[in-house]
Amino acid sequence: MKAPESLFPRLEPLLPRVAKPIQYVGGELNATVKDWDDVDVHWALMYPDAYEVGLPNQGVMILYEVINERPDALAERTYAVWPDLAALMREHGIGQFTVDAHRPVAAFDVLGVSFATELGYTNLLEALDLAGIPLHSAGRTEAHPIVLAGGHAAFNPEPIAEFIDAAVLGDGEQAVLEITDLVKAWKAQGRPGGRTELLLRLARTGGVYVPRFYDVDYLPDGRIHRVSPNRSDVPFRVHKRTVMDLDEWPYPKQPLVPLAESVHERMSVEIFRGCTRGCRFCQAGMITRPVRERSITGIGDMVDRGLRATGFEEVGLLSLSSADHSEIGDIAKGLADRYAGTNTSLSLPSTRVDAFNVTLANELSRNGRRSGLTFAPEGGSERLRAVINKMVSKEDLIRTVSTAYAHGWRQVKLYFMCGLPTETDADVLEIADMAKDVIRAGREAAGHRDIRCTVSIGGFVPKPHTPFQWAAQAAADTIDHRLRLLRSAINADRSFGRAIGVRYHDGKPGIIEGLLSRGDRRVGGVIEAVWRAGGRFDGWSEHFSYDRWVGGCSEVLPAYGVDLDWFTIRERNENEVLPWEHLDSGLDKEWLWSDWQDALDETEVDDCRWTPCYDCGVCPGMGTDIQVGPTGRTLLPLTPV
Amino acid sequence: MVQRLRLRYAKRGRLRFTSHRDFARAFERALRRAGIPMGYSAGFTPHPKISYLGAAPTGVASEAEYLEIGLAVHMDPEAVRVALDSCLPTGLDIEECVPAAGETLADRIDTSWWRITLPGLDFSTVDTAVQGFLAAAEIPVERLTKKGRRSVDARAAVVSISTVGGTPTTGSGPCVILDLVVRQVSPAVRPDDVIAALAAVAGCVPTAPVRATRLAQGRLDESGQLTDPLAPDRAAALAAREGSPETIAGAQR
Repeated sequence: MKAPESLFPRLEPLLPRVAKPIQYVGGELNATVKDWDDVDVHWALMYPDAYEVGLPNQGVMILYEVINERPDALAERTYAVWPDLAALMREHGIGQFTVDAHRPVAAFDVLGVSFATELGYTNLLEALDLAGIPLHSAGRTEAHPIVLAGGHAAFNPEPIAEFIDAAVLGDGEQAVLEITDLVKAWKAQGRPGGRTELLLRLARTGGVYVPRFYDVDYLPDGRIHRVSPNRSDVPFRVHKRTVMDLDEWPYPKQPLVPLAESVHERMSVEIFRGCTRGCRFCQAGMITRPVRERSITGIGDMVDRGLRATGFEEVGLLSLSSADHSEIGDIAKGLADRYAGTNTSLSLPSTRVDAFNVTLANELSRNGRRSGLTFAPEGGSERLRAVINKMVSKEDLIRTVSTAYAHGWRQVKLYFMCGLPTETDADVLEIADMAKDVIRAGREAAGHRDIRCTVSIGGFVPKPHTPFQWAAQAAADTIDHRLRLLRSAINADRSFGRAIGVRYHDGKPGIIEGLLSRGDRRVGGVIEAVWRAGGRFDGWSEHFSYDRWVGGCSEVLPAYGVDLDWFTIRERNENEVLPWEHLDSGLDKEWLWSDWQDALDETEVDDCRWTPCYDCGVCPGMGTDIQVGPTGRTLLPLTPV
Repeated sequence: MVQRLRLRYAKRGRLRFTSHRDFARAFERALRRAGIPMGYSAGFTPHPKISYLGAAPTGVASEAEYLEIGLAVHMDPEAVRVALDSCLPTGLDIEECVPAAGETLADRIDTSWWRITLPGLDFSTVDTAVQGFLAAAEIPVERLTKKGRRSVDARAAVVSISTVGGTPTTGSGPCVILDLVVRQVSPAVRPDDVIAALAAVAGCVPTAPVRATRLAQGRLDESGQLTDPLAPDRAAALAAREGSPETIAGAQR
């Protein structure tokens, strides 16, 4: 195919008329633009949210680099376009474009879309429509890209099954290379069998889910009867991908640095993937197992190379629970030593109270700013924390936080969820007591009153592939009621005045997230109706409209005998066929069910990294194993160049 | 801080959409990547010593933006320029770097020279509008600011406005080029305000967004010419180079 022309000359005159035009011009540090004709396979990678959110996304950055390192493939990036530019693009007939070379997305072989959250679904439809790609997979021809979903939401892609051609579950690094090989071979052979043949070849790998090859039957009561392949040559279940040795995949090596301001202005290094703490609400911790650590030296090399490539002054050590790395103390000390005197700060975005200590915190802030500390007890009461299996005692929390205040920290943020299974008003009200105790102990430890604690709380959304996948989601009214109670309980005591801040989100967006998380193919029509009614950027409160979603549900769902409540606040029983059961995250359904029963009995499980296996099923099922240190190595000082 | 350097940089092509904040972040990262030994402010959150002069608006190109940096170690100014330029994307280009000497940059800059391309208009329409503009004593135009709409006089700050050449054509049809010299007053009068004023006095409305470039900044001398704000710094550096080594060493102490 002829190289598509750049859309930039036609886009450029529109840019003075839109907000933050810099987000559409590309030219980021470390961006790659290759010649179209020099490669066989063209990938457009989309993060379906605004540029400022999408650009720092690690998943997209990793795949962008992995694909572009191949001499026979290229990857360019595209992001959701704000409504001001979208309107002008429609007026002037300009399609969805990549920011790298401003090529039309419709011209690529594959459009890979990374869904960190389900609230990006309407942005997918908007991008497809702007690109001139038929919304429905069934309407596409060989001339259109394969629309491929990835990211955590792809573990239940059923609500968007009719809009995507395929989905990949799990780690993308190796998957994109295999898919590139398949697409390349199919094109070289003259595209035998057309689009169907290519999708079949993808499906037969066992690691790519192609919804059109699976049929869903429903029972008279609306529940799913079964999901089964409609042809004999595709697998019954599709398995997730797992990259085993993170040191072999030190990406991103050259992180993108935008000119525009983005949500994370730092050099991020994923220090391990997966988590086996077993928090029952946490989808990420369930679907990314087992734990695979990057070695201390691998981390040191990535930080060194990344800082030189970007000029960032902050390093984020990312993972689902960063202080759990077996060598976190040596990593923090080694990095603080290396970058002493350079104003380079380190941060651990996710830290458990029980894994945190002040020595670690001191290393982290040695070269930089002693900003706030953040902990996530998630549940207000000890009982509730047993239900969710996040065993942090109030005493531990108070002790840790007081020590931090005594060492000069002034600000602590505490994250909680509201609407957890079995939760009562009393559980939520205990959050107020906890915050007050934190301030009381903190004032004593610090010896002054200039300390703050912020309570941040949002509604819990049950997710697929977790022990809470069967749970009834709390109604929006229940969430709002409990949050009101909490706020008045905190404000009632004047002696804490402004020392305790409360940040909360109302319950309605969580209900829609719940619909999209545990929905099935019947929800696809709702997404389309909402998009047609103007739904975009549903993750942004100023764009989200609950009424529009309720309208979409009542337009589409009655024909199936189900409704919004049926998908959200209804508890499922053990033998119900869940919409994602043909998608294998490695977790045994029996184990998930028994863990759900343990939750209701307030029984905890221990982390299998340090105690015997609790038989979640992932390691034997996926042929994987826990990969943790310590390696015993340390970070040597860098030789000056 | 042992050395102050003054830089002139350009904002060109698609990177004219860089806002001042965007540029500042990119510049600070370039300093780090280039390993420039910056001086830092003292205090709880140390900042590198950088002072920016009033930046061209987002979407407006410039050949003449200025800033000053403070270094903790003496560096060769040209080496700093080359290192920084190579660490910034093409389109954000460091054009000059000289040691600071004498009064502040702000004392040497009070006027901007803009060149504006007006697409879809013919020469006589624009020329009539320019004459009407010059004849007026005051031309209030509305501007949308963060605080809502406010009225700005687009006339008083304009020192000169004139058409350049005849009617050249760009890729998108005919256009007229305007040269505009504007004093830097508060509230600032921007190219957009002058375009709005031309529309107000003579209904002269371009068919597509105008392209503006700041060609130079400086002070107007007696003859009405813009002076180069880095000229005294360059002269001082030259004098120092030509002076005896002892003199230079003395000056540095």
